[in-house]
Amino acid sequence: MLATETVIFVSLCYIGVLFGIAYYGDKRADIGRSIISNPYIYALSLAVYCTAWTFYGSVGRAASAGPAFLTIYLGPTLMVTLGWLVLKKIVRISKIHRITSIADFIGSRYGKSMTLGGVVTVIAVLGIIPYISLQLKAISSSFLLIHQYPSLKPLSYARSIGVWSDTTFYVALFLAVFATLFGTRNLEATERHEGLVAAIAFESIVKLVAFLAVGTFITFFIYNGFTDLSQRAIASPELRLLMTLPKDAGAFSSWFAHIFLSMMAIVFLPRQFQVMVVENVNEAHLNKAIWLFPLYLLAINIFVLPVAFAGMLSFGSSGLDADMFLLTLPMANKQVFLTLLVFIGGMSAATGMVIVETVALSTMICNDLVMPVLLHMPSLKLSQRKDLSSILLSIRRLGIILVLLMGYAYFHYAGEYYTLVSIGLTSFAAVAQFAPALLVGIFWKGGTRTGALLGLVAGFSVWCYTLFLPSLAGAGLMPQDFLEHGPFGIAFLKPFELFGLDVFDRITHAVFWSMLANLGCYVAGSLFSRPSAMEHTQAAMFVDVYQYVGRVHDSSVWRGTAYLPDLVSMLERFLGRERTEAALDNYAMDYGINWDQSLTRDPGLVNHIEKLLAGAIGSASARVMVASVVKEEPLGIEEVMDILNETRQAIIYSRELERASAELRAANQRLQELDRLKDEFISTVSHELRTPLTAIRSLAEILHDYPDTTPDRQREFSSIIIRETQRLTRLITQVLDFQKLESGRMRWAITAVDLKDVVEDAVSATGQLVAEKRIRMQMNLPDASRPVEGDRDQLIQAMVNLISNAVKFCDPELGQIDIRLDDSADRLTVSVSDNGIGISEADQKQIFNKFQQVMDPTRGRPPGTGLGLSITRQIIRHHHGELKVKSTPGKGATFYFSLPLKPIAAMPAQ
Amino acid sequence: MTRDKINGRRLVGLFLLGMLLFNFPLLHLFNRPVVVLGIPVLYLYLFAAWSLIIFLILTISRSKPDTPFPDHSE
Repeated sequence: MLATETVIFVSLCYIGVLFGIAYYGDKRADIGRSIISNPYIYALSLAVYCTAWTFYGSVGRAASAGPAFLTIYLGPTLMVTLGWLVLKKIVRISKIHRITSIADFIGSRYGKSMTLGGVVTVIAVLGIIPYISLQLKAISSSFLLIHQYPSLKPLSYARSIGVWSDTTFYVALFLAVFATLFGTRNLEATERHEGLVAAIAFESIVKLVAFLAVGTFITFFIYNGFTDLSQRAIASPELRLLMTLPKDAGAFSSWFAHIFLSMMAIVFLPRQFQVMVVENVNEAHLNKAIWLFPLYLLAINIFVLPVAFAGMLSFGSSGLDADMFLLTLPMANKQVFLTLLVFIGGMSAATGMVIVETVALSTMICNDLVMPVLLHMPSLKLSQRKDLSSILLSIRRLGIILVLLMGYAYFHYAGEYYTLVSIGLTSFAAVAQFAPALLVGIFWKGGTRTGALLGLVAGFSVWCYTLFLPSLAGAGLMPQDFLEHGPFGIAFLKPFELFGLDVFDRITHAVFWSMLANLGCYVAGSLFSRPSAMEHTQAAMFVDVYQYVGRVHDSSVWRGTAYLPDLVSMLERFLGRERTEAALDNYAMDYGINWDQSLTRDPGLVNHIEKLLAGAIGSASARVMVASVVKEEPLGIEEVMDILNETRQAIIYSRELERASAELRAANQRLQELDRLKDEFISTVSHELRTPLTAIRSLAEILHDYPDTTPDRQREFSSIIIRETQRLTRLITQVLDFQKLESGRMRWAITAVDLKDVVEDAVSATGQLVAEKRIRMQMNLPDASRPVEGDRDQLIQAMVNLISNAVKFCDPELGQIDIRLDDSADRLTVSVSDNGIGISEADQKQIFNKFQQVMDPTRGRPPGTGLGLSITRQIIRHHHGELKVKSTPGKGATFYFSLPLKPIAAMPAQ
Repeated sequence: MTRDKINGRRLVGLFLLGMLLFNFPLLHLFNRPVVVLGIPVLYLYLFAAWSLIIFLILTISRSKPDTPFPDHSE
């Protein structure tokens, strides 16, 4: 026999144990020896994800849709593999900014926006209500079933039952008291509840053990193991269907949609955010939790299918709810202990969810919905009240009760018509609306408040229209017409086939449209709106959170000062005297501040206090509170100028760096070019040296080996040898000259020089060369020219170079060279023109560079070292002139220079 | 941070692998009413792939010493 009193007694004992654990956890936390600070407890607390939905609902789902129930657990597994990228970043941001809830997170990301925080809260509360009602339904169903023990008959719900005689109502009240006692005993500065987490972890163990124990019993004791069950199932045409997914496109799209939903749910369900982010003690715990948590999920799912098979085989069409097979199977087999164990397990699954969820929601309601409104009502004079922490606690308690009552109302009017899983999925689709604003928001700085607001509102509206309202209509609260023919008979707007999209199931359909609306509005809104300064700052601090480690306190855009007593009294009102003192002492120790020195506080402290407050009342409210006592200096013009100046300096500095590096690059390029030219020069010079040397050597060998050569030949050979030797000498002299000029060691013998003489001497020196090529030389010299000062020999050398250069490039057949000396103005101008191939414009710039030779495509490299013009130019320069060239390709070239008549007296003495 | 980044990339790779294993069309290969080792083959496949993923997460997350993170808790 299993008396109802026994059930209630055992339940109360169990709850007593939970309170004991929570109390112990809080005590340990107070003395600084946390029991939850290890990855195993953290992973177990994450398993608050497994609610009555998992405990009872999965079996029901498996019994109707086969493998689909697994999607809800595969999604989180995939999501934790992204843990490093996503979860760790969320956890880090929340720690730095003392985020207390998902509404706080989103509001804070978009410029500490109160509106956004409020909207998120409303969505979360409305979205979660079906989920809460699911837990109520599970607890009351299991209680009603166990109440019948040992008889088994389907439960019959009737809405006609008055609220006061409805067990579920009392379950809701009981849970409200329970959650209030657990979650709102005192106001934490960080919104962390160590005792609560310890109790949740314990509940996770209980539900897992209960499920595995009963699963083992059903599989191995009622039936003969997995194989037996599978063999029996495959024999039944009905159960056979549960082994596979339907083979249509819709099945796979809904499979994918469910995986997506559960991926989002694991982060965005308020309770998951609470345990994973807010209650996280140490980021490093994620490292172990990311495999422990999926392992837990896998373990709790092992027996789902066998239990579903067993239930279907045992009860068939007896009308018993498949959601409750886990309880009804041991009951049918008269297992008192196991029945109780399942009941306790189901209760721990449901209570764990309800407690954490309501605590998280009530925090959101208080911090992001009620407080901002109250703080903005001047008539309440709230910011002058002595002790606010009691008000805060009352608001939260009311929040918890409100959420549970709304959950009950939903259950009472709508919930009983749906299975556990379909109710749960409705909630999942609601919280998935947070995905764009949050997930995109922590990776994309461009997301703005307007975009986030539009996206959330659009997505949530579509959710309401395609899931929430229909669930009410299904329960008869709205006309059925609405579902079947669309609003006002517009078939186009049917909530399950919006715009005629009829290939998806309801959930997939809703997910598709709501995410499309949400993401679309978010991105479009972000692209077409301009963020405020505060949004900019917050966006940067969230997206680049890893870069701001350790210097958060000075990164606020607004600066303010306040009197310490004001700040302290404000903190005391929210946190109480002891906590305030401890917090300020910590800050003083960290930054080496002596409170007695000055009464006006720096922006760093004000920011710190805002963060402390944010831990208690949320960032948006904290912002308002601090603003009320802080003499805010919204960045005076001077500070703005300072910041601008700093930025300008940085920009100038970086430009300088850029320029310097460009110069370096150019210099390096020039060096490389010179290096290349030097190599070329060496090879040219050695080539030029070798040609005459070879000639000399071979002729000398002939003379040596054949002493009987005719004297004529001998003379001819020796004259060639002499000529080649002269050429060698000339070459070497040139190289030496060049080297001297380059290094500035040339000795200049400055005298008065007659340029006409110089030209004539040079012409006679090159007479032989000119005659050999049969070039006509035309000279146009004045009868006498005024003298200039200079080195005669060097000037002759320069002229010789120019003439031999002209000879080299003269027309090979009808060569002609014109030499002019113009003594008319205050300068003497000498020009040497040839009628050769000419020099292209590009080459005109190059030819004066040392080693540079103009390549002729037909004749190749010209003879010579490539030094002639360079030397000439140096010589002319030394005489205060400039060697220039005029040329039209194909029509010859003219080199000319002019020397001043009266050279400057202070000619550099070399 | 480098080890962390490497592991982060590995985990992202694992995520992609998971998306592949748990979705159409690979799923379709096992989508038939056959019992293997006493378990319907689709379930066998899903649980095996799931175990594999968990094992790989374990391996990857262990392939480095736990990075000491600053503890922000009070």
